[in-house]
Amino acid sequence: MGRGTASPASWGLGDGQAIPWEYAPAPESRDIVSLRARYGLFVGGKEIAPRGGQWFTTIDPATEEPLAEVARAGVEDVEHAVGVARRAFRRTWGEMPGRERAKYLFRIARILQERSREFAVLETLDGGKPIKESRDVDVPLAAAHFWYYAGWADKLEYAFPGRDPRPLGVAAQVIPWNFPLLMLAWKIAPALAAGNTVILKPASSTPLSALLFADVCRQADLPPGVVNIVTGPGEIGLALVKHPDIDKVAFTGSTAVGKTIGRAVAGTDKALTLELGGKAANIIFEDAALDQAIEGVVNGIFFNQGEVCCAGSRLLVQESIAGPLIERLKDRLSTLRVGDPLDKNTDVGAINNAAQLAKIEELVEIGVEEGADIYQPACDLPARGFFVRPTLFTNVAQSSRIAQEEIFGPVLSVLTFRTPEEAIEKANNTPYGLSAGVWTEKGSRILSMVKRLRAGVVWANTFNRFDPTSPFGGYKESGYGREGGLQGMLAYLDLGERH
Amino acid sequence: MARAVPTRPPTSPSPQVDRIPVRKTYKLYVGGQFPRSESGRSYVVRAADGTPLANAVRASRKDLRDAIRSARGAFAGWDGKTAMNRGQVLYRAAELMEGRRDQFEAEVAAAEGIGATAAREQVDRSIDRWVWYAGWADKITQVLGTVNPVAASYFDFTFPEPTGVVGIVAPESSSLLGLVSRVAPAVVGGNCIVVLASESRPLAAVTLSEVIATSDVPAGVINILTGLRRELVPILASHMDVNAIDTWGVPFEMRVAVEEAAIENVKRVARPPMVDADRFDWLDDRRAQRPEWIAALLEMKTVWHPIGV
Repeated sequence: MGRGTASPASWGLGDGQAIPWEYAPAPESRDIVSLRARYGLFVGGKEIAPRGGQWFTTIDPATEEPLAEVARAGVEDVEHAVGVARRAFRRTWGEMPGRERAKYLFRIARILQERSREFAVLETLDGGKPIKESRDVDVPLAAAHFWYYAGWADKLEYAFPGRDPRPLGVAAQVIPWNFPLLMLAWKIAPALAAGNTVILKPASSTPLSALLFADVCRQADLPPGVVNIVTGPGEIGLALVKHPDIDKVAFTGSTAVGKTIGRAVAGTDKALTLELGGKAANIIFEDAALDQAIEGVVNGIFFNQGEVCCAGSRLLVQESIAGPLIERLKDRLSTLRVGDPLDKNTDVGAINNAAQLAKIEELVEIGVEEGADIYQPACDLPARGFFVRPTLFTNVAQSSRIAQEEIFGPVLSVLTFRTPEEAIEKANNTPYGLSAGVWTEKGSRILSMVKRLRAGVVWANTFNRFDPTSPFGGYKESGYGREGGLQGMLAYLDLGERH
Repeated sequence: MARAVPTRPPTSPSPQVDRIPVRKTYKLYVGGQFPRSESGRSYVVRAADGTPLANAVRASRKDLRDAIRSARGAFAGWDGKTAMNRGQVLYRAAELMEGRRDQFEAEVAAAEGIGATAAREQVDRSIDRWVWYAGWADKITQVLGTVNPVAASYFDFTFPEPTGVVGIVAPESSSLLGLVSRVAPAVVGGNCIVVLASESRPLAAVTLSEVIATSDVPAGVINILTGLRRELVPILASHMDVNAIDTWGVPFEMRVAVEEAAIENVKRVARPPMVDADRFDWLDDRRAQRPEWIAALLEMKTVWHPIGV
């Protein structure tokens, strides 16, 4: 936000006052989305009812109102889907020339662009994220992923010179609820470009954009069985990855579930990639450009309500500037607009589901009990729906649970450091290693921090940037394998070890 | 040393021989030192024909933990060397292997039950393979790294870094060439390693550790243990300060348990092909030396920075 030289050093809002101005409502119309009462499974190019006859309800987390009923897949449905995907791999997709596969992927990218507003509204309805984020980030990036990987489909021999890249076969892909469509794109686009067929299991609280994507596949005339979508609880995802006819497993989600999946495929020859949790440090040195750094910190932890695996949930501030920086940060928190995700002004929307809200609230209580100082702006929360105030903790001990555990919510813990060595020590002192941020105007310091931070993505003087050409993934317990870029193709190819 | 000491111990001094050979004690290699096991245990190593060859050290849980601690301690220094320097240090080890060809040949021939010519080929190819990997030290970054044309005003690049401490369960049957083929790609990328040598054929691995010790490879970068896989592999697989595990030498029936233990701290797993890991043709350069094996133990780091004034 623009802060001219005339603006005061502080608005004095940091003591919990409400912002002294109002925003007129700017609701995005939900009319563009026509929801059906029920959505079946998408298998073999057709919508089918679950064999067990069971359905579950997906709700709008901002209102707790039901949106639609969705099929609850059973083991027989998984069995059927794997068989269909295997046949599609053998008979059509695995044999199709790359240039033809590419054209299907380009079609999908175009259709996502054409129907972008519809997807944005649906993503916000089902997931609770602010419409400005689904509109400006999730949907355009999803389309861009298909666009980027489309072009690789017929150029694999240039991607890996001297190798004989071949698809792995049938991929089981299990994705989380924080970026439903974007994670679908991260999974499906490279898999299809490489010549695999897929069975995707979206999260049970956010199945709708994946089911609308099924319609995109039909519009694109994608051969039946190349993309299959099965919906249901986590145990269905587990049944899917355990199926003996799966060649490749890709999972994005929590480290705990990632380990369950790792055990489920242990000792098999299934290829596995995991994109798991994080506890990123956002490190601000005293010479940083503070206006930009504060915006970066806010974006780092409040983007998507902090429900981001790479969220900058630990702020490490050099001690000399900690006091003024925290005051300005409190000011900035007070201006965040929390509420209706469909309002175009909203900065922080609804928490995705009740269980996640309970977990965030529990960890906030633990932070208070452990002796950290809490700050929350005095914003009004809607009477219904899963909302939580943006939360800042200061005086946080390195050993505190709020500094160690992934909260996956809009909760920032502030710690301080004196030297770069101390910053590195604290930043790396976690089992995770997904991302990190560094803020300083000194280029050589950026590069030395980049070298020493054990994290898969380092944002320097920025945070939470994503691009289909840019590989993303973690060190240590944040998982293995990369998504995005040339490196992201490797997760779906056999370069010769298996044939 | 004018001549390598023959490893196959003479059954009895023959009438023509006028001196008694000095036999070698085969020890562990941990942190640049050659300790015996703190446990004081050993086991008999036999030639392919059943002849006893030596008492090898039967490393304990504590020996293994010590080795992992040494590897972790050496990591920052090894990772911090320039790529060219790492390549030169590893090349130097090949120079020293060359001088021990006779000794390696005798050990490989006895362990694997093959003739002198076949053993010589195994040794020569081991040295050549080590040289091949040493040359990758300052090239793998350029082959695997990228500058990423993101659709916004940022400079964005990706480059590989070592994953950290790697536990290697060396192939059981190929006592030198298989060992070198797994060790070299792990260390050239900047990792520090703890190797469990072939249980039944460990002597060439111990001799390799003597080569390493007299080369410029810093202490702790390569640690080599001998012992029983059923005792040591579960400890290696479940150790929380090991970042990756190479399971080529893990007995087939232990694979599920090893990978279940490995996921507890999300270790990277370098797996052999499911079928016939024991019959893998280590002489086939096309299959048995590949940059992908370096890459399997590397992390890709992506960096973003705004482009502005």
